[in-house]
Amino acid sequence: MGAEDLKKIKQAYLDTAARIKKRIIICAGTGCVANGSLEIYDHILRSLKSNGVEAVVELDKDEHDSDAVQLSHSGCQGFCQMGPLVAIEPDGILYVKVKESDAEQIVTDTIRDHKVIERLLYVDPANGQRCKGPAEIPFYKRQHRFSLQLCGHVDPENINEYIYHDGYAAAAKAYAEMSPENVCEEILKSGLRGRGGGGFPTGKKWQFALKEKNEKKYIICNGDEGDPGAFMDRSIMEGNPHAVIEGMMIAARAIGADEGYVYVRTEYPFAVKRMIKACEDAEKMGILGDDVFGSGLSMRINVMEGAGAFVCGEETALMASIEGMRGMPTPKPPFPAQKGLFGKPTIINNVETLATVPLIINMGAPEYKKMGTSTSPGTKTFALTGHVSNTGLIEVPLGTTLREIVYNIGGGVLDAKGQITGDGFKSVQIGGPSGGCLTEEHLDMPLDFDSLKEIGAMVGSGGLVVMNKDTCIVQVARFFMQFTQNESCGKCIPCREGTKQMLALLDDIIEGRGTLETLDRLEKLGHVIMKASLCGLGKTAPNPVLSTLKYFRAEYEAHVTQKKCPAGQCKALARPEIDPLKCKGCTLCARACPVGAISGEVRKPHSIDPDKCIKCGACAAACKFGAIKGV
Amino acid sequence: MKEFLTIDGIEIPIEGERNILELARKAGIDIPSFCYHSELSIYGACRLCMVDIEGRGLVTSCSTIPENGMMIRSNTKELREIRKTILELLLANHDKNCTTCGKNQNCRLQELSRRFGIDEIEFKQTDMAHEKDRSSLALVRDPNKCILCGDCIRFCDEIQSVGALGFANRGADVIVTPAFGKDIADVDCVNCGQCARVCPVGAITVKNDSEDVWADIDDPKKTVVAQIAPAIRVALGEYFGMKPGTVTTGQIVAALKQLGFDQVYDTSFTADLTIIEETTEFLERVKTGGPFPMFTSCCPGWVKFAEQYFPKLLGNISSCKSPQQMFGSLAKEMLPALLDVKKEDVSLVSVMPCTAKKFEAGRPEFSTDGMRDVDHVITTQELGHMIEQSGMDFKALKPAALDLPLGFKTGAGVIFGNSGGVTEAVLRFASEKVTGKKLENVDFKEARGEEGIRELTVDLNGTKIRMAVVYGLGNARKVCEDAKNGKCDYHFVEVMACPGGCIGGAGQPATFNWETIRKRGQSLYEVDKTLQLHKSQDNPYVQEAYKNILGEVGGHKAHELLHTGYQNRKRISDEGLSIFSGSADNKVEVGVCVGTNCYVKGSQTILTEVLKYIESRGLQEFVEAKAAFCFEKCSGAPVARVGEKIISECTLRDVIDSLEEELAKRGLKASV
Repeated sequence: MGAEDLKKIKQAYLDTAARIKKRIIICAGTGCVANGSLEIYDHILRSLKSNGVEAVVELDKDEHDSDAVQLSHSGCQGFCQMGPLVAIEPDGILYVKVKESDAEQIVTDTIRDHKVIERLLYVDPANGQRCKGPAEIPFYKRQHRFSLQLCGHVDPENINEYIYHDGYAAAAKAYAEMSPENVCEEILKSGLRGRGGGGFPTGKKWQFALKEKNEKKYIICNGDEGDPGAFMDRSIMEGNPHAVIEGMMIAARAIGADEGYVYVRTEYPFAVKRMIKACEDAEKMGILGDDVFGSGLSMRINVMEGAGAFVCGEETALMASIEGMRGMPTPKPPFPAQKGLFGKPTIINNVETLATVPLIINMGAPEYKKMGTSTSPGTKTFALTGHVSNTGLIEVPLGTTLREIVYNIGGGVLDAKGQITGDGFKSVQIGGPSGGCLTEEHLDMPLDFDSLKEIGAMVGSGGLVVMNKDTCIVQVARFFMQFTQNESCGKCIPCREGTKQMLALLDDIIEGRGTLETLDRLEKLGHVIMKASLCGLGKTAPNPVLSTLKYFRAEYEAHVTQKKCPAGQCKALARPEIDPLKCKGCTLCARACPVGAISGEVRKPHSIDPDKCIKCGACAAACKFGAIKGV
Repeated sequence: MKEFLTIDGIEIPIEGERNILELARKAGIDIPSFCYHSELSIYGACRLCMVDIEGRGLVTSCSTIPENGMMIRSNTKELREIRKTILELLLANHDKNCTTCGKNQNCRLQELSRRFGIDEIEFKQTDMAHEKDRSSLALVRDPNKCILCGDCIRFCDEIQSVGALGFANRGADVIVTPAFGKDIADVDCVNCGQCARVCPVGAITVKNDSEDVWADIDDPKKTVVAQIAPAIRVALGEYFGMKPGTVTTGQIVAALKQLGFDQVYDTSFTADLTIIEETTEFLERVKTGGPFPMFTSCCPGWVKFAEQYFPKLLGNISSCKSPQQMFGSLAKEMLPALLDVKKEDVSLVSVMPCTAKKFEAGRPEFSTDGMRDVDHVITTQELGHMIEQSGMDFKALKPAALDLPLGFKTGAGVIFGNSGGVTEAVLRFASEKVTGKKLENVDFKEARGEEGIRELTVDLNGTKIRMAVVYGLGNARKVCEDAKNGKCDYHFVEVMACPGGCIGGAGQPATFNWETIRKRGQSLYEVDKTLQLHKSQDNPYVQEAYKNILGEVGGHKAHELLHTGYQNRKRISDEGLSIFSGSADNKVEVGVCVGTNCYVKGSQTILTEVLKYIESRGLQEFVEAKAAFCFEKCSGAPVARVGEKIISECTLRDVIDSLEEELAKRGLKASV
């Protein structure tokens, strides 16, 4: 296999593809599959047949007539909230929330009669207008899909499609035309920083491993994405697994490795399946194996399923897990680049980092640096979730403001009833359990590695959870603390015992036992955990608490001094009261109260006995006049 | 050029230390830590040993390699705050009933809490809900005391290659536990007790049997006799603040007598006996050509280890009982007549440096007529404790003499306590035996040393004998693997489980200083020098024992009293997975093997059908049905057991017929 062979495959594919008039791409990302996209695929296939349209499933093999329609799966197209998604190319149509029952109409109206089905189009909630496809949908329009450019377009299970999109050209170049030093340098020049959390310069990391003299070296792709709400890496592995493999090959070339591991959590069944198939296909085609691109060098990749421990995303724990041991971090140094997997020099890169590498080799570092900021070049994928109109997988240049993401791509903040609201924004949690909460004052700050670190948050792997004003910030902090507490490996004392005590202190606040001293203790303990923990999990575990204590101190103080939850979420602090001006004395609430805490004369304002009240909220639900507050 | 670094303003030369912690301790700065042990891998979990390196910030000193010019501070406000917080966090998750803890006043957590002036714990106390594991004859585990430093786990795995303990669960639920939450007695623990030695707190302690000893002392009917192991005489002094290696044999005898023991004897006596039996066995093997290597059998930790992992080598282990158990058999045979007491009124108490001896004494083969040969085993520490309890001033005791005849020994029997001692004692006998000439220089210094595996080649009257001296079961495993694969040319291998041999046993006063173990060892060689006799064969009372009781060396009676056999422990000791557990008193037990071989031959189907049969006839109450593990009859698969009967190549019909037969015996009719 050489660069020429790749060109031949590409040409053959182009020749065949040229005869295809239309292509239906059904999103087979985890979200859409869960909502039935695979069944939709079957239904469309059947409808095509029953309508006498030839359906091409495997483009490279089938002989077909001129109005055949190609039907394929894709990885995550990103707009998960609107799934299942069905795209029609080259018309640029995107149908959203498609059901099995829509299959027939898609075939008859759109494929046969070339008509757009209005009711399946996305409606922009901001103006009520229907959008034909990604070119019109604000969610897509304002993104810069770079690492994700092929996700959602190519069939992840078809290596030829990847090659058609210039796949493996960068690997061929790295092996045939570049020296390891060149590769490291190019990536260093591009300024690419690790997308897994810390943002360490990838090229520098590679140079460390290149320096090590050893016959055996490893490259590991860290696909143990575990942050609650994050699914960037999953989407790439599901949507474009060959890009990950190609990135690993280039990394291997750069450091002199001949074996790689893709560490994927077993809860990602599609990612596992597609990564395994991609490795097999690449090996069958002679891309992986011995004498890679005529270089005389070998490269093989194994897929290893992780058992879903969050801590295994930490490099040393991940390697322990591959070696068959309990996933527990070990002190650094020695760094993996010196003494890693099975004691050999090892480089561990995040999925997105690796998927970006081939693009950089192809376009060159100067071109890549044009995206993003000077210290954080390139783009970054984020999983946008929470109280925001459009949730899903997005990609923007680093340095994009939070405002752009929340209001333009995300379409604005939702209130408790799911309606877009102008002043509902409260906070964005970024970086998952290791990150922090940003406030309104950060909305216009450029998001990049350094500016986030400065304010006590981090890019992390890229989870973005938008929260509206009905969210209690103490409970958010508690949620993440509970997560780290559960996921701590339990090895070092600060993390194991410290997070447990921080959780207990947060519970004190939420349940009304907190005092101002509780806040001081939280802060003090948080700093000790940060300074003294063994690994990144522990060192960053206090971030969600410390950052909220910093930016939302007033809300914490309200909990402990006034025993009040400003967002009205902490039940123990709720003090239901009846507004005498609104109460009509209809007695509905008194009858609804399960503990007889409400009393009053008919047609006169009622009152609640706080000693009896169990804060269940039954009264508020029963009241027709909105007279009950504070539940 | 000499390299230096600076800690707290003191310039310290770097002399090959592996980490800053070691270097600091060398310089007299005791940086606190729980999880650092020089013999174990770097763990870095307790975070107490963090130091502040200029330009690098906070790092754990245990995992940082010293570099020239480093400027280190080990005692800053920040570090004190971190250390205090860590200690408080541990204490909040610790059962703080110190006064009733086996490690009271000997506990690292207690010591550090005092050092750091912890006077208040501002964190919430965790519930202490774990039950103590008292299943073992040697050890007690109390997870409520555990600080999860992992020292026990690493010792058991890295040094002993046993791995009886591990971590389970995540986050706040993490515990140290035997596999599958089993009791420690039900897993591969060899009872070496080194976990208890390295445990900085009271989470693993040696089982205390001193109350049973007191009970026998207080029983007027009982004649209580003690045998004291060689290694305790050079270590008990440490318990009372004496220098390591101080020989206190006379004080021990005096103390035991004052405690109420009637006779005090020496295990070295039967060590001499062991040498004669074992060397004779060895020379016989040399004559007949094997099997080689012959392994020694005096260490019960090693014996259980071999039974578990190397059942194929059990024939290679000397059939001699250990000196403790030889003493048990011989004493119970001799003493009734000698002391004019009934056998059942003799209470024999061993004082051992070893925790595995507690297990050994409880092995069923070491009981005669339902009575244990050795009634109680206490460790050096337990004896120290008993002496303390009595209020004696141990150091001021007037030395007393051991009782005869079983208190008489040669130097060969004393050096048994050292790694290499058995080998040397064997050579002192063997060389005289094969040459027929008197051995003048009794020192075989090539057997002595501190390495975990040592080799020596000895010329025995023209025959080159290859010997190895091994301590630490991880080292033993290496030798065994070689032996199993035919890659081992040794004729004789001495194995001791503990570091340095019995002198480093887990029943001794705990030490983390190799110098202490070295001193104990040197003292045993000194004791050898001061005795009149140095060769076991010269022990007149041993000769007398052969004449009066044992008969010929290696003969019938000697075999009955002094030799034993071993059992394959490779299989899961549990009896199987119970499916119906049957409540009737006279229930019939049915087990169908679901091991690989039987499974392949269809045992699963037989089991399923048997269960259906039992159910369809409503026999659940009268039958205990199990999926059993291997019956060691794999060639006859599938195998089932009904009651006491084992049926090879069984069919469903066979099992049901036998079951009906058994039920009929109990007056139960199976047919509906």
